[in-house]
Amino acid sequence: MNASAEGRPPLAEAAGVTKRFGSTVALADARLAVLPGESHALVGRNGAGKSTLVNILTGILAPDAGEIRFDGAPAPAPGDRDGWRARVACVYQKSTIIPGLTVAENLFLNRQPVRRGVIGWRRMRREAADLLGTWGVHVDPAADAGTLSVQDRQFVEIARALSFGARFIVLDEPTAQLDNAEIERLFTRMRELQEAGVTFLFISHHLQEVYEVCQTVTVFRDARWIATEPVADLPRAALVEAMTGEAADLGHGTGRRRPAGTAARLAVAGLTGDGFADVDLTVRRGEVVGLAGSSASGKVELAETLVGLRRPAAGTATVDGAPLRFGDVRRAMAAGIGFVPRDRHHQGLVPGLSVGENATMTVAGRLGPAGVVAPGRLRAAATAAIADLDIKTAGPDQPVSGLSGGNQQKVVMARALATGPRVLVLINPTAGVDVKSKQALLAVIDRIRDDGTSVLVVSDELDDLRPCDRVLVFFHGRVAAEHPAGWSDQELVASIEGVSR
Amino acid sequence: MTQTMATPRAAAPARLRPALGRMREFALLPALAALVVLGAVVNDSFLTERNIISILGASAALALVVLAESLILITGKIDLSLESVVGIAPGLGALLVIPAAAAGFGTGWPAWLGILAIFVVGGAIGAFNGWLSVRLRLNAFIVSLAMLIVLRGLLTGATEGKTLFDMPDAFFAIATTTFLRLPMSVWLAVVCFGVAGFTLRYHRLGRALYAIGGNPEAARAAGIRVERVTWAVYTIAGVLAAAAGLCLTGYVGAINANQGQNMIFTVMAAAVIGGISMNGGRGTMTGAVTGVLLLGVVDNLLTLAQVASFWKQAIYGAIILVALVISRVTSGQAQE
Repeated sequence: MNASAEGRPPLAEAAGVTKRFGSTVALADARLAVLPGESHALVGRNGAGKSTLVNILTGILAPDAGEIRFDGAPAPAPGDRDGWRARVACVYQKSTIIPGLTVAENLFLNRQPVRRGVIGWRRMRREAADLLGTWGVHVDPAADAGTLSVQDRQFVEIARALSFGARFIVLDEPTAQLDNAEIERLFTRMRELQEAGVTFLFISHHLQEVYEVCQTVTVFRDARWIATEPVADLPRAALVEAMTGEAADLGHGTGRRRPAGTAARLAVAGLTGDGFADVDLTVRRGEVVGLAGSSASGKVELAETLVGLRRPAAGTATVDGAPLRFGDVRRAMAAGIGFVPRDRHHQGLVPGLSVGENATMTVAGRLGPAGVVAPGRLRAAATAAIADLDIKTAGPDQPVSGLSGGNQQKVVMARALATGPRVLVLINPTAGVDVKSKQALLAVIDRIRDDGTSVLVVSDELDDLRPCDRVLVFFHGRVAAEHPAGWSDQELVASIEGVSR
Repeated sequence: MTQTMATPRAAAPARLRPALGRMREFALLPALAALVVLGAVVNDSFLTERNIISILGASAALALVVLAESLILITGKIDLSLESVVGIAPGLGALLVIPAAAAGFGTGWPAWLGILAIFVVGGAIGAFNGWLSVRLRLNAFIVSLAMLIVLRGLLTGATEGKTLFDMPDAFFAIATTTFLRLPMSVWLAVVCFGVAGFTLRYHRLGRALYAIGGNPEAARAAGIRVERVTWAVYTIAGVLAAAAGLCLTGYVGAINANQGQNMIFTVMAAAVIGGISMNGGRGTMTGAVTGVLLLGVVDNLLTLAQVASFWKQAIYGAIILVALVISRVTSGQAQE
């Protein structure tokens, strides 16, 4: 695929780029060369400097040293937004689509077609329809942008970027909030656009996606460029090694152990609620059970019901034989259920509060007499959690918003573990965290199961499901299949997608 | 770093944050000290014991309402109607006690029951505001604005616009009785701030307010009963505003139909100057107290300087504006 690029300068190039924030070096002598027409993967652990590089490539930050070139020509001046927009665009994880405005207005925001200063709405909708049609995006231009799915928002953002003339598009973890079918659709669209001459810089924590959709991969580690290789020449193990700087043990077989017939710890019978119906489920003491399924399968809703965030319409659940009363997180915790919520930004952390306070939020009542939070005990509990989970932080007093994604997720895990749960429910426990943190978070499962804690892993991430003794696959709100440890990736993915084989 | 919400600015000064955070509580102290020095230079009677007691006595009611509003702001809500509670709670209490001849209801309750009623009314209004905001999920700003107007109208209607004088002495005792030469109202404010300050810093209920104000969903997922706590905060704030009304009644010696009117703007100014975030989740009692004292000193200085009363409001407003700018600069944090 790179044949057409022979002899042409890179479409986007960074050379010798250095960037500091105070005493922190975010990028040191970084380089990147993206050839026209390729899909180029940018991978690295959290804190490797990917975001900074993207911000410099898109003109949001100016480098302290080094140079950015587009098509061999120097980059536009820092303030020349139109110049940058015509060359490069980034689709961020957080959507920049404004809900409440129509799709058409989002596309033409601040450049609406006007006649004598008056916006021509009909013309705008027509032009929006043309634009969306050109790039094959099937979205109604008159629709409220807030009603679009995550995927459609991404497509609209891509179309908007292309309408500015940019043919180089950065996708910052585009798959993080998509289910498997949507990811496939995204990749199909990327390949089509690639045919049409669009070049992508693709950022993802999921290495199999890199292999699926990219031709070249650049690895960053600790603010430095490590390697750029054709994807085909770089085996998975070597890629992980380049990212972590050490030989990694990932993608090994699925769980092996199976506790022998011990008593049921969590028993769910006939549970029916928002998005799931008539679910029966038993988790034994020390057992690790996975709940897989696409994003609309109802698995997350079931988990959120068990932890007290939702109220079911019918059904019962017991923990160690005692009936669980629904709809109250405090009560669920008292019954022995701890959990990591699905989205740490939304439900997991209070960004303005310290690491220590976030980590002990579930047990604030136990840190002193009559609810008084003794600072010494809070600090001691937090320090223990920080050491226990190897959280990289300046200390318990640091605001949690200053931590990297992986370490933030560890704080959420600490918060869940603080109550000493008998059943731990993990919803998307490794979403958006780097390889190393992922290993650390999943290692917790193996450790606590030995103490008899049962674990429910709710995820469609295959790596999350590997430690499970068995995986239940949800399809349209019901348990559609059960896979004991030892499943193959293809088998499980087919089952999640509802493809019978 | 790819998916952290923080922009790179969070990376470097993280280590310094805790220390800075503590300093922010005292960000206003230099400004306060400068004002005191200025006052002492400009006016001989400023630093006298009598004048200082007068500043404190005049600030006690404001301080209690600022405390109430701060608790609600930290929880991420807002209650504008507190200023009307300052009027209606003691107003109703007085109407239940004073004879019909003096425009009362004619119920002729004993004084202690009337004073108890003041706090019950305050708490009930607070609970109702909480219900509107928590249960019906109405927008706190606009619904409390409506309540402000309703409550003010109720007081005007019940008193027919008259000023109430004929209350028993017990209604004024809180401002007229002194302990160590300071009025009891000042001691009440000190105790309330002390308890609130301790609870916010060292009790899980207080910390729950910060968690709810910072991210209600995360607080809920951590087992904090968000609705119940928010409701309780509204109720407590109502009681505090009623207490402020009682202090003001004692200070003035009567209840006017517009007691507390327009007070909420000063309350908000004092809270924000003191570093309470309008977006919830941030702020301390130390900051709130310095905000109150700053405005109290300014008010006193304007009186001592015998500024023409027609101009006093403009100057007072301008000083609040300057104070907001100063606190923005010294704290280095955006006022959200």
